[in-house]
Order: sequence, then C-alpha cells, then structure tokens
Amino acid sequence: MPQITLVEAINQAIASEMARDPEVVMMGQDVGRDGGVFRSTAGLLDRFGPGRVIDTPLAEGMIAGMAIGMAIEGLKPIAEIQFSGFAYTTIDQILNHAGRMRYRTRGRMTCPMVLRTPCGAGIHAPEHHSESPEAMFAHTPGIRVVYPSSPRLAYGLLLAAIRDPDPVIFLEPTRLYRLIKEDVEDDGIALPLDTCFTLREGTDVSLVTWGGMVHETLQAADRLADEGYAAEVIDVATLKPYDLETVLASVARTGRCVVISEAARTAGFASEIAAAVAEHGLLSLMSPVQRVTGYDTVVPLARLEKHYIPSVERIVAAAHRAIEFS
Amino acid sequence: MLSTAVARFEIQYTQFLDEHGRATREWPDFAKDLDQLVDLYRWMVLMRTYDAKAIALQRTGQLGTYAPILGQEAIQAGVGSAMKSDDVFLMTYREQGVQLMRGVTMTELFLYWSGDERGSDFSGPRRDFPICITIAAHCTHAAGAAYAIKLRRESRAVVCALGDGATSKGDFYEGMNAAGAWQLPLVFLVTNNQWAISVPRKAQSAAETLAQKGIAAGIPSEQIDGNDLIAVREAMDRALARARSGGGPSLIEALSYRLSDHTTADDASRYRSADEVADAWKREPLMRVRTYLVAKGAWDKAREEVLQKECNQRVQTAVKAYTDTPMPEPRAMFEHLYASFPPGLESQRAELDAATPEPAHAAADENPDI
Repeated sequence: MPQITLVEAINQAIASEMARDPEVVMMGQDVGRDGGVFRSTAGLLDRFGPGRVIDTPLAEGMIAGMAIGMAIEGLKPIAEIQFSGFAYTTIDQILNHAGRMRYRTRGRMTCPMVLRTPCGAGIHAPEHHSESPEAMFAHTPGIRVVYPSSPRLAYGLLLAAIRDPDPVIFLEPTRLYRLIKEDVEDDGIALPLDTCFTLREGTDVSLVTWGGMVHETLQAADRLADEGYAAEVIDVATLKPYDLETVLASVARTGRCVVISEAARTAGFASEIAAAVAEHGLLSLMSPVQRVTGYDTVVPLARLEKHYIPSVERIVAAAHRAIEFS
Repeated sequence: MLSTAVARFEIQYTQFLDEHGRATREWPDFAKDLDQLVDLYRWMVLMRTYDAKAIALQRTGQLGTYAPILGQEAIQAGVGSAMKSDDVFLMTYREQGVQLMRGVTMTELFLYWSGDERGSDFSGPRRDFPICITIAAHCTHAAGAAYAIKLRRESRAVVCALGDGATSKGDFYEGMNAAGAWQLPLVFLVTNNQWAISVPRKAQSAAETLAQKGIAAGIPSEQIDGNDLIAVREAMDRALARARSGGGPSLIEALSYRLSDHTTADDASRYRSADEVADAWKREPLMRVRTYLVAKGAWDKAREEVLQKECNQRVQTAVKAYTDTPMPEPRAMFEHLYASFPPGLESQRAELDAATPEPAHAAADENPDI
C-alpha cells in the first residue's frame, strides 16, 4: 500500500470520484494547468479535460455562486478557494443560498457541492493565509463542515463529501498537507460523515479536537502517557452536524474533558463542545471543561504564529488542570 | 500622438411600439400576428389584476410584505413568452408575471408572499430557481447553471432577471464576467425601473446606460423600451437564439418605471414627486397595446369587460385556494434541512414540539388566514 501525504490523498480522492462519476467537476483558481497552488489538483486537467477541471476567473464569490448553480443543474462541483482567508466573500453564497436551497424549496432543489479550502496557520504564509473560520461555517444551518486530520481521513471523508447530497465545506489543515504520510488504499471507499473518530482510547481525560490540532493533541497524549495518564483522543472530523454522543460517552468514561482548537476562543467551536458537555454531561465531570485555543487576537504573521497555535505544552498543562482539579 | 483607440462601444436602443400605440418601425413577424398580441395583452391584464389583488390582500392583513410588478408587465410578458419551458429562469422578487406565464400558480405566489416556503416548491417550472432576495447573488448561480447546460451540450438557455440597483453589485459583474469568459448560454435581463427603493437611477451609477456594463465583460449588450412588449419579445428572441446556438451571453437593459412603491412596506412619496409618477403613467405598457389592437379592430370595450371578469374570477379562485391551504406545522422548519434528518437535531425538534401546544395546530387549521 502506498504511503502518501494528506494533499496527495485529497488529489487521489478527487481523481477517484471524477473517474467514477461524470457529473463531478473540479473548479477554482489555478486548479487546471497549475494543478492548484498546493498541487492538490495536479494531473487532473490532463486526465479529465478543461470542461471538468475548470480554471476560473479570480472571484471567490463567483466560484461559490457558480458551484451552487452547477449543483442545482445536476453537476457535482468541487470548488477550491485557495486559502480560507479568501473564503469570507463566499459566506453570503454559502449561508444565504447553498445552505438554504433545499429548505426554502421544500426539497425541490438541492446543492450537492463541496467547497474545499486550506485552513490554519503554521506554514509561514503571508497575511490572510492562516485563518481558522470553521465556527462561522458551523453556525450555518443546512451545510456540513468537515475537517480531516490525516491522509486516510482526508481521502475517505472527501469521497463522502463529494457523494453527499448536501453542501459540504471541506477544510484542509494546511500544515499537515505534507507533514505526515500514511498508507492509503485508493479503493473508492468513503468514510462516514457526521461521526467522531476515536483515535486513541484512554480512561483519564478526553482530548477533543479536529483538523490540524489533532497532530499536537496526539503528541500531548504521548506525553501524558509517559507520565502515566491515559488520554482518549477524539477527532470530531465533522463539525456540522456533529456527533455529540461520542464525546459525551467518552466524558462519561474519563470524567474530564479538554477541547483543543486552533481558532480564536470566543464563540468558537470549542465553546460549543464545552457548553454541550456541561449541559448534558455535568454529572460525569470531575473537573471543569478546559478549552485550549488560539487567542482572541488576529492570527499573527509568520514570526509569531507558533506562539498562537496551541502547543503540545499548553494541551498537556490543560490536561493536568483537568486531571488534578480538586 | 502615440495613443490609439483600441476599443469603442455603442449601445443601441430599440422601440417598436410607442406610448401612443403607434408602430415606430417595421415590426418582426411574430408581432404581425394579432392573435398572438391579443394573447400577450391578456397575460398583461391578468398580471395587473393579480398584482392589485396581492396588494389588497396585504392591506387587509391576509398577505405579508409584497413587491408589486405594476408598470413592468410588458417586460414580464415578453420574457415569459420568449422562454421555453425547459429553459431556466432566475429571478428577483419582482418577476411574478414571468412566473405566472411559466406555470407557477397564483396560489403558490400568494403562499410565498404570505411567508410560506411551500410557495417556492413550484408545481410548474421545476428547474426555475426560487426568488433571490439578496440582490444580484443569483447572477453567479445563473452562470453556474449555464455552465452545466453548456458542458452537457444541451440547447437550453438561462435567463437571469435583475434590477437597476443590482448592476452596482460585485456579483453582477462576477456573473457577467464568467458568462463572457466561457461564452455561456445566458441572458441577463436588467429591468431598469429607475428606482432602487429610494435611490434613483442617476445616483446609482455614472454610466450613461446600464447596458454598457455588459460591454466591459465582452457581452453583446443593448437597451430597449421595456414598456414596449414588441421590443422586449424581439430582443429576448434574438438573445435566446444566440444562447441556444452557442453564440454566448447577452445583456438587455429594459427601460421601465416602477409605478408602485418598492414594497407594501414602502412609501415612495417620501422620495419622489407625484408629478414624476404621473408622467411615467403616460408611458405605461398596457394602454399602448390596447390602443394598437383597438385601432386594428382586434379588441374592443366588450372584450375588455369579459377579460376583466375572467381575470377577476381566476384571481378569486386562487385566493380561495390560498386561504383554504392549512398553515404549515411548526415541525416543518425541521424538514428539508438535509437529505436525511441529523440525529443530533432530534432533541431540538422535541423542544419545539414541547413548546407548541396542541390547540395551536387546531386553531391554525380552522383559521388559515391568520
């Protein structure tokens, strides 16, 4: 089985689904001849032609809006926004149109589309290239928000996202694009959406996270194991609609919960998990739910970004607070 | 002198039937068929009758905020008659006349304007998009739909209707630019009714015409008298033929006037003079067709009275069907969010059920117009 990176897994999933389903098209800026600025669409133009691998004019709102029109007319567009900082102009289209079309037409029209965008800091990129906007999308009814954390999950969840009959925002952790390699079988088998993945079982504390932060969280769990604490690591994976049951079941076993998110703290998705655990799992909790997140600041530029992204040390410290609370 | 003109543009204005009901130039063949003109005139009268009733329903508390189409009937009859049923129509909230001609029922229109999503589940044109309330966002949807049609090599066309205010928005430029770049089978129909709520056309843009905005995207663009049924139909026929034959997009700026308030929640007397409106009434679109048909002996007072009665009856029947429609169940807000119901939402739906006393359902059923 070939060992591939996360960005290669994305490419493999798109190619696999385009070969299987002639209605799937790939669109975005520089996705054709250039193969995408991260090469996630490399080779697709030669294989599927310019009708289905579409270099678009430079207008993100148009890319999202066209994807809606294409999806309603029966195509299954995958739209790439080069960086999530440029995705803000798509929010009108996603919130007001993609997420509502099925509802407002009582099921007459649907938007089976995927909006892919690289997310998060940590690659020394210029301004507006390090955003974590998942909570903005997760607040929107009628759409799915999916954020994979490994090559295998990226492959299986992207297949599922393309096949899903509703709009999916597919966030890709930029700093994991080439950081890790995994065995990924190009077998066309999708992984389930709307469900958490328990990446490691443990009894002392539940570490709940998603996307790029899964990497640091697994390292924190290793550190905790060295100290004799068994941490359970839960990758939420689909943030909307999310699988609260798995989180609650884990907290019921461990009695302690730390939520780790790269995004700014206030009104972030970590707050949603913390609130839901407090609301439904209070009697299981032996300590307050801890949030380890980015700060309520602008994501700093390259020189300071590593101080913004929650570190393994901060996660371990939060786990200690949860475990040693008295 | 080293600089040279590298591009020039010109915007043509077309009119066939003037405000006095006189032909101003040689007519296209379809317009020489008096039966067809009578048929379109009948549609325009039905639109106006329906529109007046919708306002009356709103004024008596039986309909929500409503955007009238008064004064724009020629554009809507021209567009509605030029399009084929398998074409795709994307619209603003002021296109009910086109919707009627494309098979949306009057009852569905009343339902929509009462605040009921079932009014967007059109029984007629199933491929037409629902009304786009957010201005110009649908210009990019139209480009996407047209791209899909072109990719499949179908001979269908997409018509995207928008207003003068919408031509100030980025989505309009982005949609037009895409349509031009890919030569999509798409017609942008700009109803320039001179007012975007309280902002007059002159304050909206320094461009001499709105049509010329299409030139910037490389799209054949023209201006017509939008109160002239013949001009609208003729321009639409040409643009649709171009779209269907692979000739790419078009832009038509149809000059008209919003004779009504913006919506029933608006009072246009706050920002425009009665004299201006009275002057605009002289150019309204119905009278000139009637004058022409009467002069040709194809219409008379007796036929007009019969038509008015027919239209009133059709509208009354639709009002009855609308007021007889039971209120939606509160639970309906949890339907059609996703293809399948997310289990995590079950507790919220139960919360709604618990907060909805049973008698409320019964009262709503007995009293559908509340």
